[in-house]
Amino acid sequence: MSDSRAVLEAPDIHRALTRIAHEILERTKGADDVVLLGIPTRGATLARRLGDRVEQFEGVKIPVGSVDITMYRDDLRLRPARPLGHTELPPDGIDGKVVVLVDDVLYSGRTVRAALDALNDLGRPTAVQLATLVDRGHRELPIRADYVGKNLPTAKSEKVKVYLQEIDGRDAVVLVKGGAR
Amino acid sequence: MKRHLISAGDLTKDDALLILDTAEELASVSERSIKKLPTLRGRTVVNLFFEDSTRTRISFEAAAKRLSADVINFSAKGSSVSKGESLKDTALTLEAMGADAVVIRHGASGAPHRLANWVHGSVVNAGDGTHEHPTQALLDAFSMRRRLGALEGRKITIVGDVLHSRVARSNVLLLGTLGADVTLVAPPTLLPVSVGTWPCEVSYDLDAVLPKSDVVMMLRVQKERMNAAYFPSEREYSRRYGLDRDRFAKMPDDAIVMHPGPMNRGMEIAAEVADSARSTIVEQVANGVTIRMAVLYLLLGGETT
Amino acid sequence: MIIKNVRILGGEPVSIRIADGVIAEVAPGMDAPEAIDGGGAIALPGLVDLHTHLREPGREDAETVQTGTQSAARGGYTAVHAMANTSPVADTAGVVEQVWRLGREHGLCDVHPVGAVTVGLEGRQLAELGAMADSAARVRVFSDDGKCVDDAVLMRRALEYVKAFDGVVAQHAQEPRLTSGAQMNEGVVSGRLGLTGWPAVAEEAIIARDCLLAAHVGSRLHVCHVSTAGSVEIIRWAKSKGWNVTAEVTPHHLLLTDDLVEESPVGAYNPIYKVNPPLRTRADVEALRAALADGTIDIVATDHAPHPVEDKETEWSAAAMGMVGLETALSVVQEAMVETGLLDWAGVAQRMSALPARIGRLPGQGRPLEAGEPANIMLYDPSARTKVDPSAFASKSRNTPYEGMTLPGRVVATFLRGRPTVLEGKLV
Repeated sequence: MSDSRAVLEAPDIHRALTRIAHEILERTKGADDVVLLGIPTRGATLARRLGDRVEQFEGVKIPVGSVDITMYRDDLRLRPARPLGHTELPPDGIDGKVVVLVDDVLYSGRTVRAALDALNDLGRPTAVQLATLVDRGHRELPIRADYVGKNLPTAKSEKVKVYLQEIDGRDAVVLVKGGAR
Repeated sequence: MKRHLISAGDLTKDDALLILDTAEELASVSERSIKKLPTLRGRTVVNLFFEDSTRTRISFEAAAKRLSADVINFSAKGSSVSKGESLKDTALTLEAMGADAVVIRHGASGAPHRLANWVHGSVVNAGDGTHEHPTQALLDAFSMRRRLGALEGRKITIVGDVLHSRVARSNVLLLGTLGADVTLVAPPTLLPVSVGTWPCEVSYDLDAVLPKSDVVMMLRVQKERMNAAYFPSEREYSRRYGLDRDRFAKMPDDAIVMHPGPMNRGMEIAAEVADSARSTIVEQVANGVTIRMAVLYLLLGGETT
Repeated sequence: MIIKNVRILGGEPVSIRIADGVIAEVAPGMDAPEAIDGGGAIALPGLVDLHTHLREPGREDAETVQTGTQSAARGGYTAVHAMANTSPVADTAGVVEQVWRLGREHGLCDVHPVGAVTVGLEGRQLAELGAMADSAARVRVFSDDGKCVDDAVLMRRALEYVKAFDGVVAQHAQEPRLTSGAQMNEGVVSGRLGLTGWPAVAEEAIIARDCLLAAHVGSRLHVCHVSTAGSVEIIRWAKSKGWNVTAEVTPHHLLLTDDLVEESPVGAYNPIYKVNPPLRTRADVEALRAALADGTIDIVATDHAPHPVEDKETEWSAAAMGMVGLETALSVVQEAMVETGLLDWAGVAQRMSALPARIGRLPGQGRPLEAGEPANIMLYDPSARTKVDPSAFASKSRNTPYEGMTLPGRVVATFLRGRPTVLEGKLV
């Protein structure tokens, strides 16, 4: 194992998502028109968890989906062609909705930029907001998150790895020290 | 995946599943209002067609355009371009235009292999002579999978002029890779003498095979084969190897009927069979665009060497 | 002139003294200040090819009599038979004399024109075989090579007619209806590649018929480029009957197989492997080697078939059929027959010099290297290993299937009636 430490454990993640769910409800005045769209792979899982919490708190079931951004990436030519993630819009689509994009880590902002382009081709929301479990800084585009689980100061040489129960068998956010690039 | 898609045999099982899974994701693009992705912006795809095939050319063109590639259609049919010397010269011209991929349809088996020696971009075989047509096999497998689920252990029967069929060759290879059990049914004159070495079963008796088939794929019978005495008459062929209503009734209830088109209705397939709900013939066309998008994306969507 | 330190048919080192184009003496130890040192090379009688395409007249872009005979000399040949499928076809005394004269003018290798069996190779009417036989070219071998004399009556007449001047009909055995549009050997590979198959039976059926015809009319039949195990069986049977049937095999059919069309270092469907008759299977190659070893197949003939680059750098079906072979023939035979223990050097000399000369009725060729015989000699170093480099060929064409392959042996020198045409592997 390289030099790494958990910065968030399962209870921390649980609390962070609970807080974000409350904030979404508060900010969108009951989340009537909200659609949660996760960015695969882990963003999609987080979106489902947020949806479950909102339903738990308010009793309303808000539409949850996913939007794959692979085909919109600006770095496609730097690596071999990647497998696509799954895009699944709620049956009523996203026109006229408040879309909350959900991702696990906010870093350069390029993923979010790609997601905004993808949304543009999928419909016309009234507003787009952004929720992220971890904001690790180092933005390369004028993008900021509306909902943040944890602001995590990092060095560029470090890596942030998010583990989620549904995919990885445990919940944790791990900071891996640099040099492993 | 290899740099070119020339033979279905070039694909490993993982490659084939990656293409099918990618196509599954891309299928939704055809259903939305903006049917376009920016992925291949700045890439150039040349459709190099030495044979008339409007259907296949349009399918590749739509696929490339939906991925925002620039498309150049180069139809060599009818011009003096028929000798191989020109294939090389044409290849050098395409090279100079900076083609990132060349989609080639050619009457000579192996022409895409030759082209691949002369161009740097990816070569996609859109049908070469009586050799292969790998994207057709992929779209067939995709259509089957959407109807039936995974293809492992599925019984797939391919009926007709196997000897001259590029569709049959590609399907035998691809479906074998995907774990399906393929049976070829044809009059012995329309099977290669070496068909016993192929990874499939062979039968001369369609009626015996039909009740055990999950998929029955009918191949087009070219009229000119009749003149070359491959079979006595259209009527006899149709009676022995055509999929008419009575034979259709012998198929299991959930089995599907396929045809790569264009069909000879009343010859190898009865009209009411072709138009039945268990026929995938129309969706095969739509799936063609999707599968070709997947192929072009996977060949051109990443770094290129 | 003395050639010293050579091993005749691979025997003990001797010297050969030559005077007036004739071997004057063969003995150990002879030397002279200007003697040519063979360096222990094997000496064989100058090779004789019964099947060469020189392309002149008509396709001088592919080969000429000059470049073709240069190529022959570099391959150790002192006589070649120039096939008739030129343009115009060598079907008259005029054309065969022209080719014969060109050979004499260049003086690198004897050129014996083959006369066409039928006018224009069209298989309808016998060409003036007698006129060609009586011409300065003294034609004895007649062939429509490239095309089969498929009409049984015409073949019968040709076989009968050439008896008058001790001629031989060299048949290109290919049933045309069975090979319509054929591209490669019909078998496992053709089925996979979707190339129209060229069945073995198309060759075998004609050979069987022709053997029976030759027996019936009591004439000489020569079978060109035998390529299948079945053909070997039929020829073996005909010979067992005592019929006057001879046969040739090409170097490439002794070494190469049809799998190369699918998988080779030069890529699939590379027409460098496209040839008539087509490359066959490993089992056929083994049968051909055995037949050449046991004498069922009498000789090796190159079927040297030059083609310009543009006729090969194409898709398979558009490409010309044929391979150049004069400059690699002996190396390939060494690889296929000598290294495998099937033939010794005496056996090679028999099959590449003595017997082809006898079939072609060339009295001054294919003779043993003995005093009083014409000094047609080639020196060969079997220990050399050469990477085949087509750009070094004397032939105008480069269509060799052996490019980049390392083959055994090297032709050191060739002497035509005592005059060196090749020394140190280079044209004189």
